[in-house]
Amino acid sequence: MTDALVRLASLEKAFPGAARPALDAVSLEIRPGIITGLVGPDGAGKTTLLRILAGLMLPTSGTVRVLGHDPGPDVAALRPLIGYMPQKFGLYEDLTVQENLELYAELKGLRGPARSQAFARLLEFTSLTRFTERLAGKLSGGMKQKLGLACTLLGTPKLLLLDEPGVGVDPVSRRELWQMVHKLVGEGNSVVWSTAYLDEAEACDDVILLSEGRVLFSGPPRDLHARVQDRVFLLRDDSASPRVTLRKARRDPASLDGVVQGRSVRLIARAGATLHPEEHGIASDARLETTSPRFEDGFIDLLGGVSGAESALAEAMTSPPRGDGVAIETRGLTKAFGDFVAADSIDIRVERGEVFGLLGPNGAGKSTTFKMLCGLLAPTSGQAQVAGVDLRRGRSEARQRLGYMAQKFSLYGHLTIAQNLDFFGGAYALTGQAKKEAIARLVRVFDFEPYLHAKSGELPLGLKQRLALAAAVLHGPEILFLDEPTSGVDPLTRREFWTHINGIVERGVTVLVTTHFMDEAEYCDRIALINQGKMVAVGTPDDLKARARTAEVPEPTMEEAFIALVQGAA
Amino acid sequence: MNDPRRLFALIEKETLQIVRDPSTLLISLLFPVVLMLVFGAGISLDSSVVRLGVLNQDGSPASVRLVDTFRNTPGFRLYDGRSVEELGDRLRAGRIQGFVVIRSDLGRRAATGPTSGPMIQVITDGAEPNGANFVAAYAQGATAVWAAQEQARRGASPAALRGSFSLETRAWFNPSTKSRNSLLPGSVTIIMTVVGALLTALVVAREWERGTMEALLAAGISRVELVVSKLVPYFVLGLLAFTICIAMTHLLFEVPLRGSLLTLYFVGAAFLCSALGTGLLISTLLRTQYNAAQVALNVAFLPGLMLSGFVFEIRSMPLPIQAVSAIIPARYFVTAMQTVAQAGDVWSVLSRSLFGLTLAAVGFLGLTLLNTKRRLE
Repeated sequence: MTDALVRLASLEKAFPGAARPALDAVSLEIRPGIITGLVGPDGAGKTTLLRILAGLMLPTSGTVRVLGHDPGPDVAALRPLIGYMPQKFGLYEDLTVQENLELYAELKGLRGPARSQAFARLLEFTSLTRFTERLAGKLSGGMKQKLGLACTLLGTPKLLLLDEPGVGVDPVSRRELWQMVHKLVGEGNSVVWSTAYLDEAEACDDVILLSEGRVLFSGPPRDLHARVQDRVFLLRDDSASPRVTLRKARRDPASLDGVVQGRSVRLIARAGATLHPEEHGIASDARLETTSPRFEDGFIDLLGGVSGAESALAEAMTSPPRGDGVAIETRGLTKAFGDFVAADSIDIRVERGEVFGLLGPNGAGKSTTFKMLCGLLAPTSGQAQVAGVDLRRGRSEARQRLGYMAQKFSLYGHLTIAQNLDFFGGAYALTGQAKKEAIARLVRVFDFEPYLHAKSGELPLGLKQRLALAAAVLHGPEILFLDEPTSGVDPLTRREFWTHINGIVERGVTVLVTTHFMDEAEYCDRIALINQGKMVAVGTPDDLKARARTAEVPEPTMEEAFIALVQGAA
Repeated sequence: MNDPRRLFALIEKETLQIVRDPSTLLISLLFPVVLMLVFGAGISLDSSVVRLGVLNQDGSPASVRLVDTFRNTPGFRLYDGRSVEELGDRLRAGRIQGFVVIRSDLGRRAATGPTSGPMIQVITDGAEPNGANFVAAYAQGATAVWAAQEQARRGASPAALRGSFSLETRAWFNPSTKSRNSLLPGSVTIIMTVVGALLTALVVAREWERGTMEALLAAGISRVELVVSKLVPYFVLGLLAFTICIAMTHLLFEVPLRGSLLTLYFVGAAFLCSALGTGLLISTLLRTQYNAAQVALNVAFLPGLMLSGFVFEIRSMPLPIQAVSAIIPARYFVTAMQTVAQAGDVWSVLSRSLFGLTLAAVGFLGLTLLNTKRRLE
């Protein structure tokens, strides 16, 4: 093995007041000339590790060597060798593209002819040449990210540390960014790319998988795939919904994990065990085929798998009035903010008991559409009916019949679980015995008893997620709105969450979910692709992928399908 | 490695941000104008012409002389009323600010020398206490002048004449002067605290919130560069606001300046530095705009407003509060400004205030430098 670029030995970083160290006993090496993925859910310690490598934080204990230097005392010598791009790109929004570049060039001491050459090269590289006079704040997400990268690349650093460059950016820009990074590596640079998206891990040469401050895995992604090789299956039973198939298939003790993937169910078998779905109520003509493993499959295997797919929530829920029909229907739904049309003639029709996804990058218009349907934002034009109520007339009436779980953790952090539930019960107009019963039921379902009097802001992420869901379903809504419910969440928490959602959907609840997370789209019955305020395509995940199928890409991923459909529509 | 060009680039960036952010410019350049107009309006209320109604129920020569005394007092415009009811209606309508009723027995009682019991009734609008006090005081003053003249006519001795004067009432004639005294220091204290402390605390916190501070630190910016690059543009902005205040007091409200302009700027600059120091210190300790604004408001703005002596007299505060006011830079500033504006460059007084201001500026900026970190924790 060649000389390592970065060497960490027994690295620990503890923040005062935190329950566990942000980084715990981290020992690893990063090889030069490749892309190393720093992968893990939110709160795993990715940003802390990058900041320590960049000399912006000091470790509590352990040794760090970056390009032969200790970032503590030698930070001045190290700085010119490192390009660090923080999560928000570090751009000044009220400065133009050119002014941002000039500022960072000046700070890095890049002057004279070398500077103009670097500008010309980087502007061309990032395709920003035409936009030099534009304010950085007026750039699209993808362009901001490229400008951030250009500023980071000034002064030709040897090691690039990029903190979640792919978050929330549209798939086309994300792909371009990957191409740029590959090119840089081809020119002899080394890149550390941090991400919460497990699918990005596949594109890296090496991966460091962090979970709760510890390194779970370090090495090429194929090593992780090899762990679960020949143990990953797709099960398709056309006689039932994939959610039912998943629940039944997970009763098989040989199964380690399962998720809905379009019309099929993706299953991992325990090592040395064989799956027998037909023994657990799956139709005998159902097809069970092996499929190539993904990074996430290996991650789950490392974590020891997931318990079954039965939802206690679904069992405890009183079914809303069943019956077929339309839960949500919009015609020409439009919202304009001044000249800017955030949502442009959105037509969707969601059947009762369906999981419907709005998929698109940040700023595409998902949240605007969503807020209109929740009655939080008045449409500029167009019609919308939610739970049979015309939004222009009975917004508050419609609101009583739907539950809303906002992006991020939106409960009161200083209130305890009990107080939060009590508050939301009141907010949804539950009173007296009905409220008490509803709260008691959810406390039982989600095992809140031991934490009832803990402040919800201090709970672990998984519990917060449960509490947020509990607050949204307290009043037994017919329709559940989920805004980016599991982005950045670890795969175990995400599975638990979707188990509950799948369970209540089987009980007849309709779910509308927004996400920029391509994997999450697979859980939906149907998806509407949204880009730049417009609806590009609607269909089942399998259908959309089929539409993007070509000779070169016979098995497109959701992301590839998105790119193909967006480009086809343009 | 302190490269002047890096510093210059940072100052340039800061300046561009100021120029492109309308809210910063509005706060630092338009706010002084508005504030000066509001303060100035208070003054013009003091010194404007008072419309006073008079109802002479007597008609004796003495009563006519009293009306003339009112008429000849600068600042009154008289309106001769026909009845109490009519004047009452005018007062309610706000067309007069008060009225004087001369009782029918005034001439008779005045002729017999010093009398007891009221001869004149003054009615004012209690809904506007300031205006009411003012009218009452004016009426008292005018009556005193008239009474003295009446006694002089009867050949009373100068001693008796003096006795009929109430010197206290003369003091009531000065409210306008008092407001004028605090016009410049008052408005400048508010503006400098807003620009110096609040605005700077916010812009540094904004860099933390938007993640640009992390990028600057990663680029190896030094402490001095960080502090100076924030100090210089906001210092210039603060001086611009200061100039607006001075120009408006001088040109629009015609308040004279006794000391030199140079001394005035010297005092202003010293106070500005202490305000900037406060703002920067707050922002090195707090990294969110919300917290920075809260603390700047409570640590710099409110004490500057209430304990500096331009709203409330320091000498009339309880002793512990007086002691607290000794560590408020605005207090020294108000004293120094009042000295330069009213008395001139009296260095024996100014040196003490300037010492206090310089100490505050050096102290806050020094603490800022000490607390500025080159890492994220």
